[in-house]
Amino acid sequence: MYYLEANHIVKQYATHRALDNVTIKVPQNCIYGLLGPNGAGKTTLIRIINQITGPDEGEVLINGRPLHPSDVEHIGYLPEERGLYKKMKVGEQILYLAQLKGLSRNDAKESMKYWLGKFDIKGWEKKKIEELSKGMQQKIQFITTVMHNPKLLIFDEPFSGFDPVNANLLKQEILEMRDKGATIIFSTHNMGSVEELCDEISLINRSHVVLQGEINSIREQHKKHLFKIEVQQGSLASNELYEILETKERHSGHTYTLRKRDGQMSNNDLINLLTQQCQLTGFEEILPTMNEIFIETVGESALEEKNNTSQSPKNYE
Amino acid sequence: MSKISLIIEREYLTRVQKKSFILMTILSPIIMVILVFAPIWLAQLSSDETRQITIIDQTGLYDGIYQDSEEYRFSYTQGTLSPAEMRADDSQPYAYVIIKNNLLDDPNGMTIYSQKQITNSCESMIKSKMEEFLKNEKLLSYNIPNIKQIIDESDVNLSIDTIRLEEDGAETQTSSELVMIIGMAMTLIIYMFLMLYGGQVMSSVMQEKTNRIVEVMVSSVKPFELMVGKIISIGLVGLTQLGIWILFIAGILLSVGAFFSVGGAPDAASIENMTAVAGSINGVDTAQLAGSEAGIAQEIQRLIGSIDITQLLVCFVLFFIGGYILYASLFAAIGSAVDNESDTQQFMVPITFIIIFALYAGIFSAENPDGPLAMWCSMIPFTSPIVMMVRIPFGVTTWELVLSMIILYGSAIGLAWVAGRIYRVGILMYGKKPSYKEMLKWIRYKA
Repeated sequence: MYYLEANHIVKQYATHRALDNVTIKVPQNCIYGLLGPNGAGKTTLIRIINQITGPDEGEVLINGRPLHPSDVEHIGYLPEERGLYKKMKVGEQILYLAQLKGLSRNDAKESMKYWLGKFDIKGWEKKKIEELSKGMQQKIQFITTVMHNPKLLIFDEPFSGFDPVNANLLKQEILEMRDKGATIIFSTHNMGSVEELCDEISLINRSHVVLQGEINSIREQHKKHLFKIEVQQGSLASNELYEILETKERHSGHTYTLRKRDGQMSNNDLINLLTQQCQLTGFEEILPTMNEIFIETVGESALEEKNNTSQSPKNYE
Repeated sequence: MSKISLIIEREYLTRVQKKSFILMTILSPIIMVILVFAPIWLAQLSSDETRQITIIDQTGLYDGIYQDSEEYRFSYTQGTLSPAEMRADDSQPYAYVIIKNNLLDDPNGMTIYSQKQITNSCESMIKSKMEEFLKNEKLLSYNIPNIKQIIDESDVNLSIDTIRLEEDGAETQTSSELVMIIGMAMTLIIYMFLMLYGGQVMSSVMQEKTNRIVEVMVSSVKPFELMVGKIISIGLVGLTQLGIWILFIAGILLSVGAFFSVGGAPDAASIENMTAVAGSINGVDTAQLAGSEAGIAQEIQRLIGSIDITQLLVCFVLFFIGGYILYASLFAAIGSAVDNESDTQQFMVPITFIIIFALYAGIFSAENPDGPLAMWCSMIPFTSPIVMMVRIPFGVTTWELVLSMIILYGSAIGLAWVAGRIYRVGILMYGKKPSYKEMLKWIRYKA
């Protein structure tokens, strides 16, 4: 069951096609990564889901039915460029934004109490936003995003501006909300956090989806048949079946980085082959990191683009 | 709908509670009063210094025709004085008036010498006093019996009543000066409000954009709702301020009225003082005014009563609202399209041009409230709120009022719609300053 589907979305600006036939399907109760270089069209897609702007073609379904204006009450959106009313007091600000999301004033107060307690910033209601440090403002911004207990959360670079301690706190919150049943769309350039958090991803580049699927199967697909081999006795050398890319001496043996020449050969066969030559103490397949996959995929299409006559893309993102 | 009211509530309350709003509301009327009365007061200050004028009357015919006043002190001598001697004179009077010949025979026989250029009012005072004296002299020389008495009696003091014939047949006593003053005041106020509060809409929209709060806002409410909420709330702030001022003025008028009617008898002395001041301002004979002092209060009340204050206020509020929506929409569109204050210039220039043109059209319409300029400008929506306010105190036919209002509100709503289309795209565009052409394109974008 998909909680959110965006089917064949096309968005055309004057001279620039921001999204070209983009389809993403976000399963219920999943953390979905939306990746892509700057200007790829991520923000445009997010804005379409938020009904800030409309698609020229295609449709957005939520829970299987078309998006309705009142659905904004079930969506929490943390934009990349954060902003609050600087002169407003923390409490008023939170209550105002929560009420705009459809909460009653009393419910909003209740929820505010809970979240201020959770972030350990009780008694801040009377402070003005402009008196707070940047990190603190980010916390308030996060609270305003989740105040109305939305079923769909959209975070655009949520960790930027947070110190490691608070970033971790935020990560825990995001996971907790997922466990409580929320569906989360997560846009970032930080591939480490993608591997850590996301279940599925879409990689958008130059208005097109270039890579899509579960994160584990994507890494599987992009594997280079590299292995980390630890041996105690004996040594390995490249042959027609595999090559040794790197050798490291340890106190009692070697650590090799090895590449299978034939992708079809099963890992069991490889292990069998290796045990014949040496005492195997460690065997681990090296899967590519999301970072490598990102650079590889985006780099490829950038090259393709270069071969075609290069258009100057405008920064609509 | 409830979201718009939330936006209005917040915007309104934060604005009204601002210290700057409270200060402005209280101080502006005081500053206005000071601006009006300071020049009068200053003019009086300068006249406190008496100027010495020496009359050198070589004919001996004109002794004593100039009498000392608060401003001038005259001394008479005979004989001659050359310009060189005048320069060397230690007493240094303000001016020398030299009369060489009988002026009835020789109109050029009088000369004024001074070290500094004398004021226009001084010259005309000297001239008119002498002319009056000469006229009487001439009349006397005809040897008509009882001529002195005739001259005295012919000194008539006129007071003209102007009466407007109403459509319902009533006659209303008016004062064209009062009507003009009220019309001009209304025009200035409406002009001021349009600029002030329109400008506030613009800077507020721009602030939300540069603060980046706007993206959070439009993920909860429609951009158009946000814009309309802002325009309405700032308009309400304007009306609040206006309401406070009207109460202010009504309070002052009432207390002044009470002062005249209750304190009239025991305070006769102070009234006499006031009329004396008023008299000296206008250069009118004080004694004459003092006689009719009791009538003044009534006179003012009757003249104010002659103007339909209810109609005036209702029209003012309606034209203010219409004009405000019109201009505020424009300002909101501009605010959404730019990133910073300096980029607004390009778009502000044409608006400022139109609004200042409207102000001038209003001022000239006061001279000729039914002329073609006034007529056309009170139909064009960009000028009508300002120009119409000048014309209303003079009396405008109902169909003209209604037509002008329909045009104004129609175009205001149309413009608000167009502005909403620009706003919705503009608030999410950063970086480049858009051209007019691009903004026109935004209007056609699909939502």
